[in-house]
Amino acid sequence: MDFDYNDEQKMLKQGAREFFEKECPKSLVKQMMEDEKGNPPELWKKMAQLGWLGLIYPEKYGGGDGNMIDLIALEEEMGRACLPGPFFSTVLLSGLFILHNGSEEQKKELLPRIANGQLILTLALTEQSDSYEASAITVEAKAEKDDYVIDGTKLFVPDAQIADYIICIARTKKGTKPEDGLTAFLVDRKSPGITVTLLKTLAGDKQCEVVFSKVKVAKKNIIGKPDQAWSPLQETLQQVKIAQCAEMVGGAQRALELAADHAKKRVQFDRPIGSFPVIHHLIANAMMDVDACKFLTYEAAWKYSEGLPCAKEIAMAKAWTGEAYQRTAAMGHQVLGGIGYTMDGEMHLYFRRAKSGELTLGDGKFHREELAKLLGM
Amino acid sequence: MDFREYVIGELDNDEQKKFRKELGEWLDKNISPELIESTWILRTTANIPYANDFAKKLGEKGWLCPEWPKEYGGAGLPAGYATIVAEEISKRVLWAPGFLGGLIGGVQGPIIMQHGTPEQKKEWLPKIAAGAQFALGYTEPNAGTDLASLQIRAAKDGNDYILNGQKMFSTGAHNARYHWLAARTNPEMPKHKGVSMIIADLTAPGVTVTKLTTIAGDRTNEVFYDNVRVPQTNRIGPEGEGWNITRSALAAERGDLGTFPWPKILVDELIQYAKETKRDGKPLSEDPQIRQTLAQLSMDVNVLRLYGRRLNWMIEKNMDISWSAPFSKIFESELSQRIANQGMNIMGLYGQLEQSSKYAKLKGHIESAYLTMVVRSFGGGSNLRLRSDIATRGMGLPREPQLAMPVKK
Repeated sequence: MDFDYNDEQKMLKQGAREFFEKECPKSLVKQMMEDEKGNPPELWKKMAQLGWLGLIYPEKYGGGDGNMIDLIALEEEMGRACLPGPFFSTVLLSGLFILHNGSEEQKKELLPRIANGQLILTLALTEQSDSYEASAITVEAKAEKDDYVIDGTKLFVPDAQIADYIICIARTKKGTKPEDGLTAFLVDRKSPGITVTLLKTLAGDKQCEVVFSKVKVAKKNIIGKPDQAWSPLQETLQQVKIAQCAEMVGGAQRALELAADHAKKRVQFDRPIGSFPVIHHLIANAMMDVDACKFLTYEAAWKYSEGLPCAKEIAMAKAWTGEAYQRTAAMGHQVLGGIGYTMDGEMHLYFRRAKSGELTLGDGKFHREELAKLLGM
Repeated sequence: MDFREYVIGELDNDEQKKFRKELGEWLDKNISPELIESTWILRTTANIPYANDFAKKLGEKGWLCPEWPKEYGGAGLPAGYATIVAEEISKRVLWAPGFLGGLIGGVQGPIIMQHGTPEQKKEWLPKIAAGAQFALGYTEPNAGTDLASLQIRAAKDGNDYILNGQKMFSTGAHNARYHWLAARTNPEMPKHKGVSMIIADLTAPGVTVTKLTTIAGDRTNEVFYDNVRVPQTNRIGPEGEGWNITRSALAAERGDLGTFPWPKILVDELIQYAKETKRDGKPLSEDPQIRQTLAQLSMDVNVLRLYGRRLNWMIEKNMDISWSAPFSKIFESELSQRIANQGMNIMGLYGQLEQSSKYAKLKGHIESAYLTMVVRSFGGGSNLRLRSDIATRGMGLPREPQLAMPVKK
């Protein structure tokens, strides 16, 4: 039994903390919330040089051969830093989907260029129906000679405004079940017929509307098996959720620390407000909450890296972590009071990202329902 | 990282395997269905005659305190054997508050082992190892969370103390022979420094035990001392050191309270119930809100398991656990109350029925839990207080300044 990272992972984590403190100050984070591209190119390049963009990929695709636990060590620090940019969309959503489902040629072509920072990718899954169920997918792709033609609108697509390629999940066949007949297409964003519109969001992250209007894609650009994209996609999303939880763990931990630090320094009624039991209780509850996030995420990551079944663990981690991160940052705002309510503060960055992370890839309700199914109900 | 589940017995050497087998066979013979069901109703161990008889039988084998030397009534087994006994008993779904703690001599055993004189060890340890019942005498009418303000007086008189005062919530005092008392030996000293630990005989002249009935229908007691003589040789540890000794004893009790398997058992029962029970023609488990509730509770049970495992890991690594030890106690007690409350909603009108009713479902466990679980968030240290300990020890927040306020009497 070991609840901690090994020495190498601790070094990676510590190195990442120092790197982000220097290279990704909160001023940059706030600037990127306003920026249309939302990805500081220098920072992305340096992360590539450090090997972090390919950390989880095998060496033969230009990666670092890291496992899930290495990845979550890094993710925790990204969450702490409120790192802007397309790590989630490019390295996780798209890169991992290609790694698990792409042809050898696609993997050799795409993964090394993700790892070295040359390519930005994203995955277009959700639509206006705001659902992660297969039945929600209405964007259609029709076969036409050597091509498919995609029509329809994807919504809440992360980082599409800067993506070189979009992996579009589209309906290619009406099956008996909504899960049948879905295909993943690798689409060049500059293809004729694609319109990308940036959405203004709570966390200042970059989410887009992507309209496909008679967009031609060559058949060879299908990733994985035609008509059978749903189940492999769900498997990739499971892995992505673990990483996403770790990012939230890092953010929640930092929000807790900011609240505790403030409580120790802020004096009212001639004493630090941190000496009032009401503040003790807020902090103690958040400590327990954040620890629960950690252990649920760590256990899911450990099981995943050991190749053990971990669907329950992932559902629990995602449900708990999203909500607990939000509770922690909301608590932080109450401890900080007015000073935390200004844009100069940092707590709002966590408060925004907590909610965004909770909603992305399924919220607590969604994952409790997943868990209920897994419990045989 | 390593979250491998420990499989009971996998680390045993040959000797331990042999012991586990012998013990297991003995337990199968001596754990009666009545004993198991008596702990299922979640009442206090001290009031369960089956549990006390079982403790005595276990004591005869030396297995109540298996790692103690034989001269003190133990089995003289090496370190690790108390865990084996605890594991084998837990495996048979036998649990009640304080019972597994009994395997290390309860609250008193380790303290006497550490602070007792050779004579005291010879006198008390064999009694404890044989299953003698001790009632705890900490709380008083005006000393609850602020335990150090306790008033019961132990005044020196020759070789004795003369005890005068009152203890409250002394569960089991009507069955027990001995009272493990925190008493004031020096009223002139600051409140934390004038307290000593004394073992009193509850059958001595001047002791009156009266009944207090809890909301769960269980019995606890008030104990009155009126000029009761106790030899000074019954004081454990130096005079005035009672507070420090009591604190370490309370920590042991909290650790024990944290090893509670019921949340998982109750949630599993409720899930089964929801699958099997129809209301308005549909299984309860198809109701979206009930699915959410049960999924959340089973997540909570999993978090409790992880808190416990993390604590064990920290203990193994000799880390400071002063801030993390209360996590399990706080979370378990409040989770148990949520399970009972939400379980009642799932079971609807049936939830209200006591075990004895012919219509009772789940053997009345939820009804019983609804009442008995209330005590767990303040028994053995109030969660409200423990949260302050967590924040001050774990996150370095300043303690609340001690301010006396005038109180109108």
